[in-house]
Amino acid sequence: MNKIKSLADLKKLQSEVQTKIKLRERGDHPEKLIQIKVSMATCGIASGAKETMMFLIDELEHQGIDAVVTQTGCMGYCYAEPTIELTIPGQAPVVYGFVNKIKAQEIIDKHIKLNQMVDGIIPASYSTIDNN
Amino acid sequence: MKDLSLHILDIVQNSIRAKATLVEIDVTEQPEENKLTIRITDDGTGMSPEEVKKAIDPFYTSRTTRKVGLGLSLFKQNAEQTDGNFSIESELEKGTCVTATFGLNHLDRPVMGDLAGVLLLLICAPDAIDYVFKHLTPAGKFVLDTREIKQTLENVPISHPEIREFLKEMITGNLEQIQISE
Repeated sequence: MNKIKSLADLKKLQSEVQTKIKLRERGDHPEKLIQIKVSMATCGIASGAKETMMFLIDELEHQGIDAVVTQTGCMGYCYAEPTIELTIPGQAPVVYGFVNKIKAQEIIDKHIKLNQMVDGIIPASYSTIDNN
Repeated sequence: MKDLSLHILDIVQNSIRAKATLVEIDVTEQPEENKLTIRITDDGTGMSPEEVKKAIDPFYTSRTTRKVGLGLSLFKQNAEQTDGNFSIESELEKGTCVTATFGLNHLDRPVMGDLAGVLLLLICAPDAIDYVFKHLTPAGKFVLDTREIKQTLENVPISHPEIREFLKEMITGNLEQIQISE
């Protein structure tokens, strides 16, 4: 039986957390943090982007990786949803398509931790012989 | 969409893109009238009367990355398929209100889904948007106001993992108490 939590319980938690909160001065410098933007438009949501985003938030926290996970609008890659845009400080942003939980785990383990790009990148610009 | 909570997430995305600072989500379950109402109100940029008429059209969208906007049309279709209603009210510079009513017991009515998860995703996002969520059923009422939460938290960020975990339990516990439909 769950004990129903209330604002009073939140207040107690707040004072506990406040004493052990690490000052994130990096909050003033978002460009120094890993940024992940999850596309959360109708196509994304219908394809499970919500699960992907929750998984990313939980897993990155679990592994102690400092990253900011935010939701963004449609990036235009509706055929490849769920999509995420990963920006590692100092590198160009990379867009991954078909990011389900397994793919997200792979991206965290290989790209974020070992800096090895994984399959499934959507290139930023196509230039073909026809429209070059 | 597989469930109603995803529709809510979708329409709130519209509010976020309209630069809203306060989004109110009202979910009302009335089993004795066979009605389930979802209303999403924001204080974003709003739409002109012509835009309101065009908004339901799947081939009209305000975004530039593609030419199709399905969120509102799919929501409306789902509501009307269950003998429900759909309406949009909007005023430029004031905001927009989207209301969808579903036949609660209708066979085609999608399940509510992971409402707690959706709320958590929206509330703990690192942006400055406040949410007021009200869930009303014959079994009770649950109101969640992020302005109150942020005030109680003082300078602890709402996106902190322990706060998130707490809020997840708080929302799930309260919804379990009063939610009637799955």
